[in-house]
Parts: sequence; structure tokens; C-alpha cells
Amino acid sequence: MFTRTLKKLATVATAMALFTSGVHAADVIKIGAIAPKTGGLAGGAVVTQWPNVELWVNQVNARGGLDVGGKMMQIELIEYDDKTNPGEHIKLAQRLATQDKVDFIVAPYGTGFNIATAPIYGKFGYPMIAVSAITDKMEELTQRYPNLFFTLGTTTAFVQGVTEILVEQRAAGTIGNEVAMVNVADAFGIELADRARELFAAEGFDIVYDKSYPLGTPDLSPVMKGAKESGAKAFIAWSYPPDSFGLAEQAIIEDLDVNVYYSAVATSFPAFSGVYGSKINNVLGAGGTNVDDPAIAAYRAAHSEITGKTADYWASANTYAALQILEQAIVGAATLDRDTVTQYIKDNSFDTVMGDLSFKNNFSDTFWSVGQWQDGVFRGVKGSNVEGAVNVRLKDGWK
Amino acid sequence: MQIIDILISGLLLSGTYALVAMGLNLQYGVARIMNLANGEVLVFGSLAAFWLYTSSQISPLLTILIVIPISFVGNLLIYNLLLAPLVRRSKSRGALEVDSILATFGMSFILIGIMISIEGGFFAYKYLSEPIQILGSTTSLSRLVAFLIATLIALVLYLWLNKTRSGVAVRAVSVSTEAAGLVGINVPRISAFAFAIGGAITAVGGALISTFITLDASIGVVFTLKALIIVIMGGVGEIRGAIIAAIILGIVETTVATLVDPGLTLAAAYFIFVLILLFRPQGLFGRRNA
Repeated sequence: MFTRTLKKLATVATAMALFTSGVHAADVIKIGAIAPKTGGLAGGAVVTQWPNVELWVNQVNARGGLDVGGKMMQIELIEYDDKTNPGEHIKLAQRLATQDKVDFIVAPYGTGFNIATAPIYGKFGYPMIAVSAITDKMEELTQRYPNLFFTLGTTTAFVQGVTEILVEQRAAGTIGNEVAMVNVADAFGIELADRARELFAAEGFDIVYDKSYPLGTPDLSPVMKGAKESGAKAFIAWSYPPDSFGLAEQAIIEDLDVNVYYSAVATSFPAFSGVYGSKINNVLGAGGTNVDDPAIAAYRAAHSEITGKTADYWASANTYAALQILEQAIVGAATLDRDTVTQYIKDNSFDTVMGDLSFKNNFSDTFWSVGQWQDGVFRGVKGSNVEGAVNVRLKDGWK
Repeated sequence: MQIIDILISGLLLSGTYALVAMGLNLQYGVARIMNLANGEVLVFGSLAAFWLYTSSQISPLLTILIVIPISFVGNLLIYNLLLAPLVRRSKSRGALEVDSILATFGMSFILIGIMISIEGGFFAYKYLSEPIQILGSTTSLSRLVAFLIATLIALVLYLWLNKTRSGVAVRAVSVSTEAAGLVGINVPRISAFAFAIGGAITAVGGALISTFITLDASIGVVFTLKALIIVIMGGVGEIRGAIIAAIILGIVETTVATLVDPGLTLAAAYFIFVLILLFRPQGLFGRRNA
């Protein structure tokens, strides 16, 4: 008697489970996103990564969802905090794939994280459109992980952009051969500085001050004093978020007398201008955007409206574009089959806020490399296959 | 010229380090709580300063006056609710250390979570970052102000601990809880008080530091580590030791950054730390077998 009831119950439960999961699968597409909300990279991820995921999911669902082979599917977002810890990220990625069974994923935030998680996402066949990942090892990586795509440029391209500016300014007579260069002693800063030493030397520049400092250095004044002492008219810093702020602060304090001032990541953050206002006018930084482009302008307006935050002037647009690529590939391939979607990304071109993007050897060659704060807007001055670059202006004091 | 630069920058950096470590020194030395959430309490002070400044233009120097009572009461509650039970049931100092490390480590995540829900990005703002000249060396007004307040706190703390009756009671507890109890000192109350004062000093330090360092909710652990080094270098429960250790660290890091390479500052700091552990394991001012 008891056994029979139990069996009956089990049947009902199974039927219900089948039914509900059936309904579920019909109109929901699960997207997983893992990125830092805490830890060292959180400050950057909450500016560049998370708001764009929020914006995209919001917009797609407001449109009624994704049209997958004639069926409208709403996005269900599953998000986790990797605590800026690659081990944690890999654990969570495993969970996304095996327990949450997400259909697709948003690529991680940070170069190291994209490289560290490529094997696990590759194992489950997720197409991975990396944005916040800059390296010269793309060819090697994409050969090993055919599901991995890069969209924000290479280390060399970033250094190249800065080198071009230095060469132009030397020709114009505003700087000499001397360059002061500092870098954060972290994989990212070291790789960029190494490349810069080669490229600067090849153009005949003399790096008269060349120092690194540890991540999270509480006092950058010795660094800035040293750079000032060197007398170079060009200052280049391969820096990370907290120190990009710290270096600018010290440059203001020391009244660093240069015509070219460049700091890397976070220079393009709205907060950078929010804090220092007109004092950082004509500061150069990694990234850039063309705010006059109608697509970018519309994107930035939607970003502010839906997330309540101003998009940064660099990778925000690329991050959104990567999500648009994923969206268009799913719709275009008309399936949730990950291999088909990955192949679709390789074979097609996509209409995004960054313009028409397509991949050659899993690499999209459309990106900004250097931008400059010009009267409250960070505008692109150097880039690859992008339109609307403005002329570089000289840094003229810190008032 | 360079020597003046090193001395001025180094001393100002020492002020920052003293602000980071004085609170932990009281908490660890007197209340015997190895507070791993020390950095988070500091960042809380920064968040308060940032938040009040950007939302209602309240000067961080005024924020301090708000931060002191709030962090004092907050830390008192944390001690009484979360840590006092651990103190009561611990059989030895070692057991209490392990328990308090685990409890405060957990607490640090809760604090980070709360702070992230308030502000997930950088606490970026600017206050008093005007250049000033001291003996021909350029520095920022905000660092000088932080240094002066750090000096004031250290002085008041020193006088209180050494010249007042309640200060003597605090020092007695730091030397021996059993003996202090035997002579009629209310050990649990003094411990709670020391823990709360320590927390308040740390939070004030955070508010001051945020005027010249851009922090975010997750950066606390960096400060906890620095504070640990300074407290252990100086000698547990010794304010003088913490201050001397902060000065040594500040001057050495600045010297190395200026004359050798800024990349070696951390290495230099840990090198000195190791030297002190090797040759004076009880810390500069610490008592043997304490």
C-alpha cells in the first residue's frame, strides 16, 4: 500500500518536473556571468563589465527576448562573484555548466581570468567573446581554444598607439628623445612596459626614468618626483585603476611639467574626470571612444538610463558589442547548440555599437588604443579600424 | 635636497601607517583580538568620508567627528555580541587567537558585502589635494593633515595610557588579564573599551587616508597586512612600538623608492620585518614571554 502510494507520488513528481522543465526550456535562455564584485578587480568590473550585462539583458528582455528559430526566448541571467580569484572562477564556471546548465556565458573580466578559464569554458564548448583581455599571445591561445575570441586589441597595438603619438610629438618639436616611463609590477604592467622598451628604443627614444612600483603602493610621490627630476617632456605610465588615480594626484601636486602625459587603465573612467575635473584636461589614456558616433551616443544614453551609471570611455562599448555579437550569433544560428553558434561567430560579421565587427582567426581588429580627455570628454585619438579619431592636444599644466 | 624629500615623504607615509596600525595594536594588545577585519573597518571610515563628501559636500575632517561615535559604538557591539563569547569560552590565549582570527575573518566578508551594496566602485574624490612646500619639498596638504591628526591621536593615546588611571588599567590588562583581574580591574569592560577605541581610531584613519589614496570596498586586506606587520614589529600592545615601526617602515620604503627602485618597497618592508622577527621576535618594544 505504502509502496504504491510512494510510486504514485514519484510518478506525479517526475511528471511535474518534466512538465515544468519543459516549459522552462521553451522560453528561457540561461546566460551565466562570472566576474569580480569583490577583490582587486571589482572596482573596474563594476564600471565596465556588470552594467553592460545588466543593460543588455534588460534590453533584450524588454524586446520580448531572443528569437531562436522562431521561438522568442527571455534571458535568465545567472551571475556570480569570482572575488577576483581565478580558482573561485573556475569552480563557479564548473557550477554554471553542470548545475545551472546555462546555455551561454559572458566572458570573464581581466586578461588573466580569460586565459585561466579558457580551458574550462572550452571543455564545455561555450563560445567566449573576451573583451577585457589584452595580450600578444592571442594566436597561440585561439589555436589551442577555438571557442575563444578577442575583441579589444593586443599589447603591441596599445604600445604602438602610444609610440605613434610620441613620434608625432617629437617631429612637432614638443618633446625630445627623453621619455619617463613607469609601470605597475603586475603581469599586465610588466608585459606592456617590456613591449614599450622595445618599441620606444626602435624609434630612437631614450627612457631616462624607467621604474616599476608594486600594486597598491600607498605613496607614489617618490615615483613622480623621480619622473619630474628626469626632465623628460613625456610621461608614460602602464598603470592600473588605483594607481592611475594616484599618479594623476601626484602629478598635480608636483606640477609635473610635461607635454605628453599617459596613464593606462581607468583613465577612461568617468570618475577620473569626476575627481580631477579640468586639471586632467589633455591627459592621455588607454582606450577611447567616439561619442559623436550616433550608435555610440544612443548606447551611452541607454547605459545611463538603465544602469544609472555613465559608461566608461573605452571597454564599456566593446563589452556591449561582444554581447551583441553573442545575441546576433544565437539568433542567426537559430539554435542553442554551442558549436553551431561558435562557428556562426567565426563565419559572419555583426552589426554592433562598435560598427561592423568580424573575426579573423578569432580576433576582431576594431578597437581604440589611445584616448584623451578633451574638455570633459575622453575621445579616441588612436585606434585600429575605427573612425572619428581626433588630434592629440598637448598637456598644458594641471590647473 | 633628496634627503629632505625622503624625510618629508617618509614621515608623512609613517603617519599613514600609524593610522593603519594604532587601532589594531590596542585591539590585539589589550583585547587580545587578532582582528582580521581591521582593514575593512578602515575602509568603512573611507566610505563614510567619500559618501558624505560626494553626496552632501561634508568635509572629511567633519566626517571624522561622525565616524568616531559610530565606529566606537559599532565596535563595542561587535565585541560584546560576537567576540566576548569567544573570550569567555577560550581556555588559553592561543585558543582565543585562533577563534578570533576565524571570527573576524568571517566578519570581514560581511563588512565587504555591506560596503559593496553601498558603493561597488572606487571611492574617488578629491579633498585638500593642494601642493604645499615643506622645507623645499613638495607634498600634498591632505597628507600633511593626516599626519598631523595621526600625531595628535598618538600623543593623546600615549598620554592616556601612561598618565591616567584608566590608561594604567588598560596597560595592566595588556600585561596580564589574570593579574589585572586580581587587583580589581574589570577586565571584560576594559577589553571591550580598548577594542572599541581601536576600531574608532582605525575608522578615523580610513577617513583621512581616503583623501589621498583611492580605495574601494575590497582593498581592506592590504591595510590589514600592513597593520599586522607594524604591530608585530613594534611589539604587541605597545603604542610607542607601533609608532616607531610605522616610522621605520615609512622612511625605509621612501628611501628605497627614491634611491633604489619603487618596485622594491614591499621587499624592503618585508626584509626589515624578517630581520626583526629573527633578532627581536617580541618586537621592538615588546616584552619577552608576554
